[in-house]
Amino acid sequence: MITNIDFSSKFKSANILSLLIFIMSVLFILFKGLNYGIDFKGGTLIELRADNKNINISEIRSSLNSMNLGDINVKEFGKEGDYLIKVEQKTESNNQLIPEIKKTLINNLNAEIDFRRVENVGPKVSSELLQSGIIAISLSLIAMLFYIWIRFEWQFSVGSIVALFHDVIITIGIFSILSLEINLSIIAAVLTIVGYSMNDTVVIYDRIRENLNKYTRLNINEIANLSINETLSRTIITSLTTLLALLSIYILGGEILRGFSFAMILGVLIGTYSSIFVAAPVLKFFKVSYKTLEKKEEKIVP
Amino acid sequence: MLNFSKINIFLIYLIFLFISFFSILNFQNQKEPLIDKKVNLGLDLQGGSYLLLEINSDPLIKEKIQSKVIPLKKLLKDNNLNYSNFKINEKNLSFSLDDIEKLKLLLFSKKNNFLNPYIGNYNSFELDLEILDDSNVRVLFSKYGLLTINNSALKQSIEIVRRRIDDVGTKEPTILQRGDKRILVELPGLKDPERIKNLLGKTAQLNFRLVADNEEFGVDKLVSEIGEELNVSKRIVMSGENLIDAQPNFNNQSNQPTVSFTLDRLGAQKFGRTTTDNVGKRLAIVLDEQIISAPSINEPITSGSGIISGNFSFQEATDLALLLRSGALPTPLTVVEERTVGPDLGADSIKSGITSLIVGFTLVIFFMIYKYRIFGLIANLALIANLIMLVGVLTILEATLTLPGIAGIILTVGMAVDANVLIFERIKEELKTEKSIIHAFDIGYSKAKITVLDANITTLIAAVILFAFGSGPVKGFAITLGIGIVTTLYSAYFLARHLTSMIVLNKKEGKVNL
Repeated sequence: MITNIDFSSKFKSANILSLLIFIMSVLFILFKGLNYGIDFKGGTLIELRADNKNINISEIRSSLNSMNLGDINVKEFGKEGDYLIKVEQKTESNNQLIPEIKKTLINNLNAEIDFRRVENVGPKVSSELLQSGIIAISLSLIAMLFYIWIRFEWQFSVGSIVALFHDVIITIGIFSILSLEINLSIIAAVLTIVGYSMNDTVVIYDRIRENLNKYTRLNINEIANLSINETLSRTIITSLTTLLALLSIYILGGEILRGFSFAMILGVLIGTYSSIFVAAPVLKFFKVSYKTLEKKEEKIVP
Repeated sequence: MLNFSKINIFLIYLIFLFISFFSILNFQNQKEPLIDKKVNLGLDLQGGSYLLLEINSDPLIKEKIQSKVIPLKKLLKDNNLNYSNFKINEKNLSFSLDDIEKLKLLLFSKKNNFLNPYIGNYNSFELDLEILDDSNVRVLFSKYGLLTINNSALKQSIEIVRRRIDDVGTKEPTILQRGDKRILVELPGLKDPERIKNLLGKTAQLNFRLVADNEEFGVDKLVSEIGEELNVSKRIVMSGENLIDAQPNFNNQSNQPTVSFTLDRLGAQKFGRTTTDNVGKRLAIVLDEQIISAPSINEPITSGSGIISGNFSFQEATDLALLLRSGALPTPLTVVEERTVGPDLGADSIKSGITSLIVGFTLVIFFMIYKYRIFGLIANLALIANLIMLVGVLTILEATLTLPGIAGIILTVGMAVDANVLIFERIKEELKTEKSIIHAFDIGYSKAKITVLDANITTLIAAVILFAFGSGPVKGFAITLGIGIVTTLYSAYFLARHLTSMIVLNKKEGKVNL
């Protein structure tokens, strides 16, 4: 069924809302900052399981504090008796650190302790990882820009990049607002969001291009509105199936994938919104019409 | 788009069956595989350790520049060049000189230049001359000289690391060079990486040096294993290079763990001469600038074998023997990144990964049937075929499946139906204006084609970039996501289209429920 919802009348208010959230996200990222995990900050992460369920976080924290390790973060992780310890570490790795922590904990807590996961990232490697993460995201944005430029006119290319920036910044902004951890898997999620959001935008742009040729009398707003309506049921169905898959990872996929799937869920929601309310309206600013397409045709055909 | 020639149909299903066949290989008896191909589990799923080691070539450069002192001074003297203020610095040698031009000629001559060999493959000399002013110069390693030192140290380190790890006996270790300073070590199934880390963290440079009576020139003050401060001569009697073998043992009398060693001929000669000349003196056995023990020489040892006793447990003796057997690292190694997952966490991850895959898959399948009925069923068949092919391609590539990789598969499930949704929605639109059902399907497929391609290529670009920049588990995500897109396109545009055509063509008359 093809809907006939008047999206274009809501473009303005949606754009103002987007702009506000975007600015807020930028402000949060700049002033509150991001909660980098050890991948990007360096340090040691230990996921442990204790057989004694009676121990509590403060006991773990106080026994670690006696070791003078600097900033320590302890939290429950999934099941009862599972904890996640993060130790900030400024120097290059100390080979003895992990056995020492284990010994201290076993002695102080009077429990059998199993280190289920240990990650240790030195300061040099972590700054390299952060750098390559930023490069990867930037590169993917540039690659998308070029792809859309080749496949569509430049106005579309700019429009899709505006939408992508919108999605990426707001997703990261929400991570900043909620103080959620940014690690390697979040970078993977952001890149996937870039791909997904682009995917959504392309579907609508494709239809806009087709309709521009078909209905030369309609203005871009009307075309955008028609195209969004025509593709709306596809947009919703695909978002729904993707969200179903993501929710199942979020709920059942275990602690390690939780941050990743949360970022993806955010991204799919924001990406779907942006392809309708950001990517399509942007075209209006460039005065896109069927003439825009014709010019391009002339250029290509020698 | 709905007409398939027989050869087309044959090819479509042949390719599908061929790729699917490989996915079955994962379920064969792993002990006697028919074809030895399978999807490997990443360290985060099977448990194990990932270590990134970095060499530090600074001490080596210092050592090498020091070794240039004597030949350089000789060169200067032989050619009647008067020098003064000769200083040995961390990475260079500085001195004052009148005739700098002459030194230049000597230093950069290509013939029989023992001091400064020409490195052919880099078109460069090992050393460089830095002229500070009219009379002051500095001799230091050239860029390529440093590179050569670094590269040979890295190669040698990799070799030693491999020997040490093989000696411990872990299964299927991966040891690779990463960049120009790092070594990547993957040790699947390793429960306790501490021992390996300890073994790799030691350079294991073994020296035998005489203990001096007094604080004369050329001694190091070292502390022995029992806390005694000893003056140990800087002159090395014999080093670990002369060792052929080392084994852990027990001392017959005290039942203390010891390490027995065997020397090569040169080592045996040196050892014999020194022990003969210095009966009654003490010989310090120094490992990485720490004295293991400093026994008195009771009698000359000319057999070319000996015993190191110290204050160690049997485990320590075993490790010491291993280190001595495998040889010394040219430079110290530091662990700059470590990721270890215990096997039970890996098993938990597999379980939760599979559970969420099954649940996500079921939800999507029910949703599609609810939405598109019979064509939903086709989309679902395509989805199942898609998953089988995805596993098949992973098997052909012998790719590594990680936990994020499983997430990539689940995401593929969610996103794969998009291709069919795009097509079906397009067909629905066409059905409104088009009288002939076949025609509507035909147009729907061809019009949706470009959109489907465009939409998937964008995700593929993201996956490729992620693969290039990601590491470890994240790379596994990029692999499944990327391959998932390709298999999705295949299953939607070949398999599902053919199934759809069979239904539509058989239903020439009447309505289609989409």
